[in-house]
Amino acid sequence: MKKILDTTIVAVEWLNTKNVLLTLTASQQMPDMLPGQFVEVRVDNEPDVFLRRPISIHFFDPQKNLLYLMVQVVGKGTKRMAALKVGDVLNLILPLGNTFSVPENPQRLLLVGGGVGVAPLLYLGAELKKKGHVVTFLLGARTAADLLRMEAFLAYGEVYVTTEDASMGEKGFVTQHSLLQQQNFDFIYTCGPTPMMQAVARYAKEKGIPCEASLENTMACGLGACLCCVTDTQHGHKCVCSDGPVFNINELKW
Amino acid sequence: MVDLEVKIGGLTLKNPVMTASGTFGYGTEYADFIDLARLGGIIVKGTTLHHREGNPYPRMAETPSGMLNAVGLQNKGVDYFIEHIYPEIKSLNTNVLVNVSGSCIEDYVTTAEKINALEKVPAIELNISCPNVKQGGMAFGTSAKGAAEVVAAVRKAYHKTLIVKLSPNVTDIAEIAKAVEAEGADSVSLINTLLGMAINAEKRRPVLSTVTGGLSGACVKPIALRMVWQVSRAVKIPVVGLGGIMNATDAIEFMLAGATAVQIGTANFIDPAVTVKVVEGIEEYLQRHGMTDVNQLIGALEI
Repeated sequence: MKKILDTTIVAVEWLNTKNVLLTLTASQQMPDMLPGQFVEVRVDNEPDVFLRRPISIHFFDPQKNLLYLMVQVVGKGTKRMAALKVGDVLNLILPLGNTFSVPENPQRLLLVGGGVGVAPLLYLGAELKKKGHVVTFLLGARTAADLLRMEAFLAYGEVYVTTEDASMGEKGFVTQHSLLQQQNFDFIYTCGPTPMMQAVARYAKEKGIPCEASLENTMACGLGACLCCVTDTQHGHKCVCSDGPVFNINELKW
Repeated sequence: MVDLEVKIGGLTLKNPVMTASGTFGYGTEYADFIDLARLGGIIVKGTTLHHREGNPYPRMAETPSGMLNAVGLQNKGVDYFIEHIYPEIKSLNTNVLVNVSGSCIEDYVTTAEKINALEKVPAIELNISCPNVKQGGMAFGTSAKGAAEVVAAVRKAYHKTLIVKLSPNVTDIAEIAKAVEAEGADSVSLINTLLGMAINAEKRRPVLSTVTGGLSGACVKPIALRMVWQVSRAVKIPVVGLGGIMNATDAIEFMLAGATAVQIGTANFIDPAVTVKVVEGIEEYLQRHGMTDVNQLIGALEI
Protein backbone atom coordinates (compact mmCIF):
# COMPACT_ATOMS: atom_id res chain seq x y z
CA MET A 1 0.00 0.00 0.00
CA LYS A 2 1.26 3.45 -0.95
CA LYS A 3 1.71 5.98 1.82
CA ILE A 4 2.33 9.67 2.26
CA LEU A 5 4.99 9.73 4.95
CA ASP A 6 7.05 12.32 6.80
CA THR A 7 10.60 11.03 7.08
CA THR A 8 13.56 12.44 8.98
CA ILE A 9 17.08 12.74 7.60
CA VAL A 10 19.53 10.81 9.77
CA ALA A 11 22.62 11.11 7.55
CA VAL A 12 23.83 13.19 4.62
CA GLU A 13 26.91 11.94 2.84
CA TRP A 14 28.41 13.71 -0.16
CA LEU A 15 29.72 11.06 -2.56
CA ASN A 16 31.41 13.58 -4.82
CA THR A 17 30.80 17.18 -5.87
CA LYS A 18 27.35 16.52 -7.34
CA ASN A 19 25.96 13.37 -5.73
CA VAL A 20 24.67 13.01 -2.21
CA LEU A 21 23.47 9.98 -0.25
CA LEU A 22 20.52 10.66 2.05
CA THR A 23 19.58 8.25 4.83
CA LEU A 24 16.04 8.61 6.13
CA THR A 25 13.94 7.09 8.85
CA ALA A 26 10.36 7.51 10.03
CA SER A 27 8.55 7.35 13.36
CA GLN A 28 6.35 4.57 11.98
CA GLN A 29 7.52 1.48 10.10
CA MET A 30 7.95 2.27 6.41
CA PRO A 31 5.97 0.07 4.02
CA ASP A 32 7.72 -2.80 2.23
CA MET A 33 9.61 -1.67 -0.85
CA LEU A 34 10.86 -3.61 -3.84
CA PRO A 35 13.98 -3.04 -5.94
CA GLY A 36 13.23 -0.71 -8.84
CA GLN A 37 10.53 1.20 -7.00
CA PHE A 38 10.85 4.90 -6.31
CA VAL A 39 9.60 7.66 -4.02
CA GLU A 40 8.09 11.06 -4.84
CA VAL A 41 9.84 13.71 -2.76
CA ARG A 42 8.07 16.90 -1.76
CA VAL A 43 10.33 19.92 -2.24
CA ASP A 44 7.81 22.63 -3.14
CA ASN A 45 8.74 25.46 -0.83
CA GLU A 46 9.49 27.93 -3.60
CA PRO A 47 7.50 28.96 -6.69
CA ASP A 48 9.93 27.49 -9.19
CA VAL A 49 9.90 24.08 -7.55
CA PHE A 50 6.25 23.12 -7.75
CA LEU A 51 6.09 19.35 -8.26
CA ARG A 52 7.47 16.40 -6.34
CA ARG A 53 10.69 14.79 -7.55
CA PRO A 54 10.85 11.06 -8.33
CA ILE A 55 13.95 9.43 -6.78
CA SER A 56 14.72 5.73 -7.02
CA ILE A 57 15.17 3.60 -3.92
CA HIS A 58 18.90 3.02 -3.49
CA PHE A 59 18.55 0.74 -0.51
CA PHE A 60 15.99 -0.17 2.12
CA ASP A 61 16.68 -1.79 5.48
CA PRO A 62 13.30 -2.73 6.99
CA GLN A 63 14.86 -3.96 10.28
CA LYS A 64 16.46 -0.58 10.96
CA ASN A 65 13.63 1.24 9.15
CA LEU A 66 16.18 3.11 7.04
CA LEU A 67 15.70 4.27 3.47
CA TYR A 68 18.64 5.35 1.31
CA LEU A 69 18.26 7.78 -1.59
CA MET A 70 21.06 8.72 -3.97
CA VAL A 71 20.47 12.19 -5.36
CA GLN A 72 22.33 13.82 -8.22
CA VAL A 73 22.10 17.60 -8.26
CA VAL A 74 20.75 18.46 -11.70
CA GLY A 75 18.19 21.20 -11.04
CA LYS A 76 16.50 23.27 -8.39
CA GLY A 77 14.57 20.39 -6.83
CA THR A 78 17.56 18.11 -6.41
CA LYS A 79 19.64 21.07 -5.23
CA ARG A 80 17.09 21.59 -2.45
CA MET A 81 17.31 17.92 -1.49
CA ALA A 82 21.09 18.05 -1.43
CA ALA A 83 20.95 21.00 0.98
CA LEU A 84 19.02 19.00 3.59
CA LYS A 85 20.57 18.56 7.00
CA VAL A 86 20.36 15.83 9.61
CA GLY A 87 17.05 16.25 11.45
CA ASP A 88 15.23 17.86 8.52
CA VAL A 89 11.84 16.40 7.61
CA LEU A 90 11.18 15.21 4.09
CA ASN A 91 7.68 14.27 2.93
CA LEU A 92 7.60 11.24 0.63
CA ILE A 93 5.02 9.21 -1.25
CA LEU A 94 6.15 5.61 -1.31
CA PRO A 95 6.63 3.04 -2.63
CA LEU A 96 5.79 3.74 -6.27
CA GLY A 97 6.21 1.84 -9.51
CA ASN A 98 6.84 -1.79 -10.39
CA THR A 99 9.88 -3.96 -9.77
CA PHE A 100 12.43 -6.08 -11.65
CA SER A 101 11.74 -9.71 -12.57
CA VAL A 102 13.53 -12.24 -10.42
CA PRO A 103 14.42 -15.59 -12.04
CA GLU A 104 13.16 -18.60 -10.09
CA ASN A 105 16.29 -20.78 -10.17
CA PRO A 106 19.76 -19.53 -9.22
CA GLN A 107 21.31 -17.82 -12.22
CA ARG A 108 24.18 -15.59 -13.25
CA LEU A 109 22.82 -12.08 -13.37
CA LEU A 110 24.46 -8.94 -14.72
CA LEU A 111 23.51 -5.52 -13.37
CA VAL A 112 24.73 -2.67 -15.59
CA GLY A 113 24.59 0.90 -14.31
CA GLY A 114 25.88 4.25 -15.48
CA GLY A 115 26.23 7.51 -13.58
CA VAL A 116 23.57 8.02 -10.92
CA GLY A 117 21.67 5.21 -12.69
CA VAL A 118 23.57 2.80 -10.45
CA ALA A 119 21.25 3.89 -7.62
CA PRO A 120 18.52 1.21 -7.86
CA LEU A 121 21.03 -1.59 -8.59
CA LEU A 122 22.33 -1.84 -5.02
CA TYR A 123 18.99 -2.85 -3.51
CA LEU A 124 18.34 -5.07 -6.53
CA GLY A 125 21.74 -6.78 -6.16
CA ALA A 126 21.17 -7.32 -2.45
CA GLU A 127 17.74 -8.89 -2.96
CA LEU A 128 18.96 -11.05 -5.86
CA LYS A 129 21.91 -12.34 -3.83
CA LYS A 130 19.57 -13.12 -0.93
CA LYS A 131 17.57 -15.33 -3.32
CA GLY A 132 20.69 -17.30 -4.24
CA HIS A 133 21.66 -15.68 -7.53
CA VAL A 134 25.22 -14.90 -8.58
CA VAL A 135 25.32 -11.14 -9.00
CA THR A 136 27.85 -9.25 -11.13
CA PHE A 137 27.89 -5.46 -11.35
CA LEU A 138 29.21 -3.58 -14.35
CA LEU A 139 29.36 0.10 -13.51
CA GLY A 140 30.27 2.94 -15.84
CA ALA A 141 31.28 6.50 -15.09
CA ARG A 142 33.06 9.40 -16.77
CA THR A 143 35.94 9.35 -14.28
CA ALA A 144 36.88 7.48 -11.11
CA ALA A 145 35.49 10.39 -9.09
CA ASP A 146 32.08 9.91 -10.74
CA LEU A 147 31.86 6.28 -9.72
CA LEU A 148 29.35 6.04 -6.90
CA ARG A 149 29.59 3.77 -3.84
CA MET A 150 31.67 0.99 -5.40
CA GLU A 151 32.44 -0.44 -1.95
CA ALA A 152 28.74 -0.90 -1.22
CA PHE A 153 28.23 -2.92 -4.41
CA LEU A 154 31.18 -5.20 -3.54
CA ALA A 155 29.13 -6.62 -0.66
CA TYR A 156 26.76 -8.35 -3.08
CA GLY A 157 28.90 -9.45 -6.04
CA GLU A 158 31.88 -8.85 -8.25
CA VAL A 159 32.20 -5.31 -9.54
CA TYR A 160 33.61 -4.40 -12.95
CA VAL A 161 34.18 -0.81 -13.93
CA THR A 162 34.64 1.30 -17.04
CA THR A 163 35.56 4.96 -17.06
CA GLU A 164 35.71 7.18 -20.10
CA ASP A 165 39.13 8.55 -19.10
CA ALA A 166 40.61 5.23 -17.92
CA SER A 167 41.06 6.61 -14.39
CA MET A 168 39.57 3.37 -13.06
CA GLY A 169 38.81 -0.04 -14.59
CA GLU A 170 38.74 -0.39 -18.33
CA LYS A 171 38.62 2.65 -20.59
CA GLY A 172 35.43 3.29 -22.56
CA PHE A 173 31.73 2.55 -22.17
CA VAL A 174 30.18 -0.32 -20.22
CA THR A 175 29.29 -2.19 -23.41
CA GLN A 176 32.98 -2.22 -24.39
CA HIS A 177 34.10 -4.02 -21.21
CA SER A 178 35.97 -7.29 -21.83
CA LEU A 179 33.76 -8.98 -19.22
CA LEU A 180 31.02 -9.16 -21.83
CA GLN A 181 33.25 -11.23 -24.12
CA GLN A 182 34.51 -13.50 -21.32
CA GLN A 183 31.43 -14.45 -19.34
CA ASN A 184 27.88 -15.51 -20.09
CA PHE A 185 24.88 -14.22 -18.19
CA ASP A 186 21.30 -15.43 -17.94
CA PHE A 187 19.60 -12.07 -17.34
CA ILE A 188 20.67 -8.44 -17.58
CA TYR A 189 19.29 -5.46 -15.64
CA THR A 190 20.25 -1.94 -16.58
CA CYS A 191 19.74 1.62 -15.38
CA GLY A 192 21.49 4.78 -16.51
CA PRO A 193 21.57 7.27 -19.36
CA THR A 194 19.27 6.24 -22.23
CA PRO A 195 22.06 5.78 -24.82
CA MET A 196 23.87 3.47 -22.41
CA MET A 197 20.75 1.42 -21.72
CA GLN A 198 20.03 1.21 -25.44
CA ALA A 199 23.56 -0.09 -26.07
CA VAL A 200 23.11 -2.66 -23.29
CA ALA A 201 19.75 -3.62 -24.81
CA ARG A 202 21.41 -4.15 -28.22
CA TYR A 203 24.04 -6.39 -26.63
CA ALA A 204 21.34 -8.38 -24.80
CA LYS A 205 19.29 -8.82 -27.96
CA GLU A 206 22.33 -9.97 -29.96
CA LYS A 207 23.17 -12.54 -27.31
CA GLY A 208 19.54 -13.52 -26.78
CA ILE A 209 19.71 -12.63 -23.07
CA PRO A 210 16.53 -11.37 -21.39
CA CYS A 211 16.96 -7.78 -20.26
CA GLU A 212 15.08 -5.19 -18.24
CA ALA A 213 15.74 -1.46 -18.14
CA SER A 214 14.66 1.09 -15.55
CA LEU A 215 13.58 4.34 -17.16
CA GLU A 216 13.51 7.87 -15.84
CA ASN A 217 11.04 10.34 -17.35
CA THR A 218 9.88 13.63 -15.92
CA MET A 219 6.73 13.03 -13.87
CA ALA A 220 3.97 14.91 -12.20
CA CYS A 221 1.77 12.58 -10.11
CA GLY A 222 3.88 9.41 -9.91
CA LEU A 223 0.62 7.45 -9.56
CA GLY A 224 -0.45 6.77 -13.15
CA ALA A 225 -3.11 9.46 -13.02
CA CYS A 226 -1.78 12.37 -15.08
CA LEU A 227 -0.24 10.42 -17.98
CA CYS A 228 2.65 12.90 -18.31
CA CYS A 229 5.61 10.49 -18.03
CA VAL A 230 4.72 8.09 -20.83
CA THR A 231 7.16 6.10 -22.92
CA ASP A 232 6.31 4.65 -26.30
CA THR A 233 6.01 0.86 -26.18
CA GLN A 234 4.90 -1.97 -28.46
CA HIS A 235 1.53 -1.60 -26.73
CA GLY A 236 1.24 2.18 -27.06
CA HIS A 237 2.04 4.86 -24.52
CA LYS A 238 2.66 3.50 -21.04
CA CYS A 239 3.30 5.40 -17.81
CA VAL A 240 6.88 5.12 -16.59
CA CYS A 241 5.61 5.80 -13.05
CA SER A 242 2.98 3.07 -12.77
CA ASP A 243 3.53 0.63 -15.66
CA GLY A 244 7.29 1.03 -15.08
CA PRO A 245 9.84 2.30 -14.29
CA VAL A 246 11.12 -1.20 -15.15
CA PHE A 247 10.36 -2.41 -18.67
CA ASN A 248 11.45 -5.48 -20.61
CA ILE A 249 13.56 -4.16 -23.48
CA ASN A 250 11.41 -6.05 -25.99
CA GLU A 251 8.47 -3.92 -24.98
CA LEU A 252 10.29 -0.66 -25.65
CA LYS A 253 10.65 0.79 -29.13
CA TRP A 254 14.45 0.83 -28.92
CA MET B 1 -22.82 20.40 12.37
CA VAL B 2 -22.74 22.20 9.08
CA ASP B 3 -24.52 21.15 5.92
CA LEU B 4 -22.08 20.69 3.04
CA GLU B 5 -24.53 19.44 0.41
CA VAL B 6 -24.83 21.35 -2.87
CA LYS B 7 -26.83 20.81 -6.06
CA ILE B 8 -25.70 21.05 -9.67
CA GLY B 9 -28.78 20.67 -11.85
CA GLY B 10 -30.26 17.30 -10.93
CA LEU B 11 -27.03 16.22 -9.30
CA THR B 12 -26.61 16.27 -5.53
CA LEU B 13 -23.07 16.45 -4.13
CA LYS B 14 -22.47 15.51 -0.48
CA ASN B 15 -19.96 18.34 -0.44
CA PRO B 16 -18.74 20.83 -3.06
CA VAL B 17 -15.33 19.19 -3.63
CA MET B 18 -14.76 17.24 -6.82
CA THR B 19 -11.60 16.19 -8.64
CA ALA B 20 -10.64 17.74 -11.96
CA SER B 21 -10.54 15.54 -15.01
CA GLY B 22 -7.10 14.34 -16.05
CA THR B 23 -5.56 14.82 -12.62
CA PHE B 24 -7.20 12.00 -10.71
CA GLY B 25 -7.18 9.10 -13.18
CA TYR B 26 -10.25 7.00 -12.46
CA GLY B 27 -10.11 7.63 -8.72
CA THR B 28 -8.68 4.25 -7.82
CA GLU B 29 -5.13 5.61 -8.23
CA TYR B 30 -5.76 7.65 -5.08
CA ALA B 31 -7.59 5.04 -3.01
CA ASP B 32 -4.51 4.29 -0.88
CA PHE B 33 -4.41 7.90 0.31
CA ILE B 34 -8.00 8.95 0.89
CA ASP B 35 -11.47 7.52 1.36
CA LEU B 36 -12.95 8.34 -2.07
CA ALA B 37 -16.43 8.30 -0.51
CA ARG B 38 -15.60 11.56 1.24
CA LEU B 39 -15.52 13.44 -2.08
CA GLY B 40 -18.43 15.29 -3.60
CA GLY B 41 -17.55 13.74 -6.93
CA ILE B 42 -14.83 12.33 -9.11
CA ILE B 43 -14.55 13.52 -12.69
CA VAL B 44 -12.65 10.84 -14.55
CA LYS B 45 -10.13 11.21 -17.33
CA GLY B 46 -11.30 12.77 -20.61
CA THR B 47 -13.05 10.10 -22.66
CA THR B 48 -13.43 10.08 -26.43
CA LEU B 49 -15.35 7.88 -28.86
CA HIS B 50 -12.20 6.17 -30.11
CA HIS B 51 -8.93 5.17 -28.50
CA ARG B 52 -6.35 8.00 -28.44
CA GLU B 53 -2.62 7.60 -27.86
CA GLY B 54 -2.18 11.27 -26.99
CA ASN B 55 0.87 13.36 -27.79
CA PRO B 56 4.51 12.21 -27.76
CA TYR B 57 6.73 12.60 -24.69
CA PRO B 58 7.70 15.13 -23.31
CA ARG B 59 4.21 16.16 -22.31
CA MET B 60 4.89 18.07 -19.13
CA ALA B 61 6.92 21.11 -18.11
CA GLU B 62 7.21 22.50 -14.62
CA THR B 63 6.77 26.28 -14.57
CA PRO B 64 6.75 28.83 -11.75
CA SER B 65 3.96 27.79 -9.34
CA GLY B 66 2.47 25.53 -11.97
CA MET B 67 2.92 23.17 -14.85
CA LEU B 68 2.18 22.81 -18.52
CA ASN B 69 0.75 19.59 -19.88
CA ALA B 70 0.21 18.36 -23.38
CA VAL B 71 -1.17 14.89 -22.73
CA GLY B 72 -3.63 15.20 -25.61
CA LEU B 73 -6.57 13.21 -24.25
CA GLN B 74 -4.85 9.84 -24.09
CA ASN B 75 -7.58 7.30 -23.31
CA LYS B 76 -8.77 3.91 -24.50
CA GLY B 77 -12.12 5.11 -25.81
CA VAL B 78 -15.64 5.06 -24.40
CA ASP B 79 -16.33 1.39 -25.12
CA TYR B 80 -13.24 0.33 -23.18
CA PHE B 81 -14.31 2.65 -20.36
CA ILE B 82 -17.77 1.08 -20.23
CA GLU B 83 -16.49 -2.47 -20.40
CA HIS B 84 -13.39 -2.36 -18.21
CA ILE B 85 -13.32 0.75 -16.02
CA TYR B 86 -16.96 1.50 -15.22
CA PRO B 87 -17.50 -1.89 -13.47
CA GLU B 88 -14.55 -1.09 -11.19
CA ILE B 89 -15.74 2.36 -10.17
CA LYS B 90 -19.53 2.24 -10.31
CA SER B 91 -19.80 1.08 -6.71
CA LEU B 92 -17.72 3.94 -5.31
CA ASN B 93 -19.81 5.79 -2.79
CA THR B 94 -19.45 9.14 -4.56
CA ASN B 95 -20.64 10.70 -7.80
CA VAL B 96 -18.60 9.46 -10.75
CA LEU B 97 -18.76 11.92 -13.63
CA VAL B 98 -17.25 11.37 -17.05
CA ASN B 99 -15.44 14.10 -18.92
CA VAL B 100 -16.45 13.73 -22.59
CA SER B 101 -14.35 15.06 -25.44
CA GLY B 102 -14.42 14.71 -29.19
CA SER B 103 -13.02 15.89 -32.48
CA CYS B 104 -16.41 16.50 -34.14
CA ILE B 105 -19.99 17.00 -32.98
CA GLU B 106 -21.03 13.46 -33.95
CA ASP B 107 -18.29 11.99 -31.74
CA TYR B 108 -19.40 14.07 -28.76
CA VAL B 109 -23.01 12.99 -29.27
CA THR B 110 -22.26 9.28 -29.69
CA THR B 111 -19.96 9.26 -26.65
CA ALA B 112 -22.52 11.13 -24.53
CA GLU B 113 -25.26 8.70 -25.61
CA LYS B 114 -23.19 5.74 -24.51
CA ILE B 115 -22.45 7.35 -21.14
CA ASN B 116 -26.13 8.24 -20.76
CA ALA B 117 -26.88 4.53 -20.55
CA LEU B 118 -24.65 4.07 -17.49
CA GLU B 119 -26.86 3.99 -14.43
CA LYS B 120 -24.18 5.07 -11.96
CA VAL B 121 -22.91 8.07 -13.92
CA PRO B 122 -25.27 10.92 -13.01
CA ALA B 123 -23.59 13.63 -15.07
CA ILE B 124 -21.06 14.38 -17.76
CA GLU B 125 -18.65 17.23 -18.11
CA LEU B 126 -18.49 18.21 -21.76
CA ASN B 127 -14.94 19.21 -22.58
CA ILE B 128 -15.04 21.87 -25.27
CA SER B 129 -11.83 23.39 -24.04
CA CYS B 130 -8.88 21.00 -24.34
CA PRO B 131 -5.96 23.02 -25.74
CA ASN B 132 -3.90 19.93 -26.60
CA VAL B 133 -5.69 18.38 -29.54
CA LYS B 134 -5.57 19.60 -33.09
CA GLN B 135 -9.18 18.95 -33.97
CA GLY B 136 -12.19 19.66 -31.79
CA GLY B 137 -11.62 20.36 -28.14
CA MET B 138 -10.88 24.02 -27.73
CA ALA B 139 -12.01 24.77 -31.29
CA PHE B 140 -15.59 24.36 -30.07
CA GLY B 141 -15.05 26.25 -26.87
CA THR B 142 -13.53 29.43 -28.21
CA SER B 143 -16.58 30.78 -30.03
CA ALA B 144 -20.09 31.20 -28.71
CA LYS B 145 -21.47 29.72 -31.94
CA GLY B 146 -19.22 26.63 -31.83
CA ALA B 147 -19.94 26.07 -28.15
CA ALA B 148 -23.70 26.43 -28.68
CA GLU B 149 -23.72 23.97 -31.58
CA VAL B 150 -22.00 21.15 -29.73
CA VAL B 151 -24.01 21.70 -26.54
CA ALA B 152 -27.31 21.76 -28.47
CA ALA B 153 -26.47 18.48 -30.19
CA VAL B 154 -25.35 16.75 -26.98
CA ARG B 155 -28.31 18.09 -25.01
CA LYS B 156 -30.69 16.21 -27.35
CA ALA B 157 -28.83 12.94 -26.72
CA TYR B 158 -27.92 13.29 -23.07
CA HIS B 159 -30.69 13.40 -20.49
CA LYS B 160 -28.88 13.71 -17.16
CA THR B 161 -26.89 16.59 -15.70
CA LEU B 162 -24.81 18.27 -18.36
CA ILE B 163 -21.86 20.37 -17.21
CA VAL B 164 -19.92 22.21 -19.92
CA LYS B 165 -16.21 22.85 -19.27
CA LEU B 166 -15.17 26.22 -20.60
CA SER B 167 -11.90 27.45 -22.03
CA PRO B 168 -10.19 30.50 -20.55
CA ASN B 169 -8.45 31.11 -23.88
CA VAL B 170 -11.16 33.53 -25.01
CA THR B 171 -11.82 37.25 -24.92
CA ASP B 172 -15.21 37.03 -23.19
CA ILE B 173 -15.86 33.83 -21.26
CA ALA B 174 -19.23 35.08 -19.98
CA GLU B 175 -20.52 35.27 -23.55
CA ILE B 176 -19.64 31.58 -24.12
CA ALA B 177 -21.23 30.64 -20.80
CA LYS B 178 -24.47 32.39 -21.77
CA ALA B 179 -24.45 30.62 -25.15
CA VAL B 180 -24.22 27.15 -23.60
CA GLU B 181 -26.78 28.05 -20.92
CA ALA B 182 -29.21 29.00 -23.70
CA GLU B 183 -28.75 25.57 -25.28
CA GLY B 184 -29.70 23.75 -22.10
CA ALA B 185 -26.47 23.18 -20.22
CA ASP B 186 -27.21 22.51 -16.53
CA SER B 187 -23.93 23.98 -15.36
CA VAL B 188 -20.60 25.32 -16.53
CA SER B 189 -17.20 24.43 -15.10
CA LEU B 190 -14.23 26.71 -15.50
CA ILE B 191 -11.43 27.12 -16.16
CA ASN B 192 -9.72 24.50 -18.30
CA THR B 193 -5.99 25.10 -18.76
CA LEU B 194 -4.53 28.27 -20.23
CA LEU B 195 -2.55 27.87 -23.42
CA GLY B 196 1.11 28.37 -22.58
CA MET B 197 4.64 27.50 -23.62
CA ALA B 198 8.04 26.66 -22.14
CA ILE B 199 11.46 26.89 -23.76
CA ASN B 200 14.78 25.28 -22.88
CA ALA B 201 17.16 28.14 -23.65
CA GLU B 202 20.32 26.01 -23.51
CA LYS B 203 18.98 23.63 -26.12
CA ARG B 204 17.03 26.33 -27.98
CA ARG B 205 14.14 23.88 -28.05
CA PRO B 206 10.58 23.86 -26.75
CA VAL B 207 10.19 21.74 -23.62
CA LEU B 208 6.97 20.12 -24.85
CA SER B 209 6.80 17.90 -27.93
CA THR B 210 3.79 19.93 -29.00
CA VAL B 211 5.54 23.30 -28.37
CA THR B 212 2.45 24.66 -26.55
CA GLY B 213 0.46 23.12 -23.72
CA GLY B 214 -2.09 23.82 -21.02
CA LEU B 215 -1.04 25.73 -17.91
CA SER B 216 -2.42 24.73 -14.53
CA GLY B 217 -1.54 25.02 -10.87
CA ALA B 218 -1.41 27.81 -8.31
CA CYS B 219 -0.25 30.36 -10.90
CA VAL B 220 -3.61 30.34 -12.75
CA LYS B 221 -5.80 30.92 -9.71
CA PRO B 222 -6.26 34.71 -10.00
CA ILE B 223 -7.40 34.33 -13.60
CA ALA B 224 -9.72 31.45 -12.77
CA LEU B 225 -11.19 33.32 -9.84
CA ARG B 226 -11.87 36.39 -11.98
CA MET B 227 -13.55 34.28 -14.66
CA VAL B 228 -15.72 32.41 -12.15
CA TRP B 229 -16.84 35.75 -10.78
CA GLN B 230 -17.64 37.12 -14.24
CA VAL B 231 -19.50 33.99 -15.35
CA SER B 232 -21.48 33.52 -12.16
CA ARG B 233 -22.87 37.04 -12.59
CA ALA B 234 -23.76 36.36 -16.22
CA VAL B 235 -25.63 33.05 -15.95
CA LYS B 236 -28.33 31.54 -13.74
CA ILE B 237 -27.04 27.96 -13.87
CA PRO B 238 -24.58 26.82 -11.21
CA VAL B 239 -20.90 27.41 -11.83
CA VAL B 240 -18.21 24.87 -10.92
CA GLY B 241 -14.94 26.62 -10.21
CA LEU B 242 -11.47 25.25 -10.78
CA GLY B 243 -8.00 26.49 -11.57
CA GLY B 244 -5.13 26.49 -9.12
CA ILE B 245 -7.04 25.46 -6.00
CA MET B 246 -4.33 24.21 -3.62
CA ASN B 247 -6.17 24.30 -0.28
CA ALA B 248 -9.47 24.97 1.48
CA THR B 249 -8.99 28.75 1.49
CA ASP B 250 -8.62 28.74 -2.29
CA ALA B 251 -11.80 26.66 -2.60
CA ILE B 252 -13.70 29.06 -0.33
CA GLU B 253 -12.54 32.01 -2.44
CA PHE B 254 -14.03 30.34 -5.54
CA MET B 255 -17.33 29.80 -3.76
CA LEU B 256 -17.39 33.40 -2.55
CA ALA B 257 -16.80 34.45 -6.15
CA GLY B 258 -19.91 32.52 -7.16
CA ALA B 259 -18.99 28.85 -7.58
CA THR B 260 -21.48 26.27 -6.28
CA ALA B 261 -18.84 23.56 -6.31
CA VAL B 262 -15.11 23.30 -6.99
CA GLN B 263 -12.67 20.91 -8.57
CA ILE B 264 -9.17 20.14 -7.34
CA GLY B 265 -6.68 19.29 -10.08
CA THR B 266 -2.96 19.86 -10.11
CA ALA B 267 -2.81 20.02 -6.28
CA ASN B 268 -3.45 16.25 -6.24
CA PHE B 269 0.03 15.74 -7.70
CA ILE B 270 1.67 17.47 -4.76
CA ASP B 271 -0.57 16.12 -2.02
CA PRO B 272 -2.66 13.08 -3.03
CA ALA B 273 -4.75 13.62 0.11
CA VAL B 274 -5.47 17.31 -0.51
CA THR B 275 -9.12 16.82 -1.53
CA VAL B 276 -10.21 15.53 1.86
CA LYS B 277 -8.24 18.30 3.56
CA VAL B 278 -10.20 20.83 1.47
CA VAL B 279 -13.51 19.27 2.57
CA GLU B 280 -12.40 19.46 6.22
CA GLY B 281 -11.11 23.00 5.77
CA ILE B 282 -14.40 24.23 4.32
CA GLU B 283 -16.27 22.68 7.22
CA GLU B 284 -13.91 24.30 9.72
CA TYR B 285 -14.31 27.70 7.99
CA LEU B 286 -18.09 27.50 8.12
CA GLN B 287 -18.05 26.66 11.83
CA ARG B 288 -15.57 29.41 12.57
CA HIS B 289 -17.80 31.93 10.76
CA GLY B 290 -20.99 30.71 12.41
CA MET B 291 -22.44 29.42 9.16
CA THR B 292 -24.57 26.29 9.03
CA ASP B 293 -24.83 25.64 5.31
CA VAL B 294 -22.15 25.75 2.63
CA ASN B 295 -24.68 27.27 0.24
CA GLN B 296 -24.37 30.46 2.30
CA LEU B 297 -20.88 30.85 0.84
CA ILE B 298 -21.93 30.84 -2.81
CA GLY B 299 -21.50 34.31 -4.25
CA ALA B 300 -21.23 35.80 -0.77
CA LEU B 301 -18.43 38.12 -1.81
CA GLU B 302 -19.01 41.58 -0.35
CA ILE B 303 -17.98 44.38 -2.66
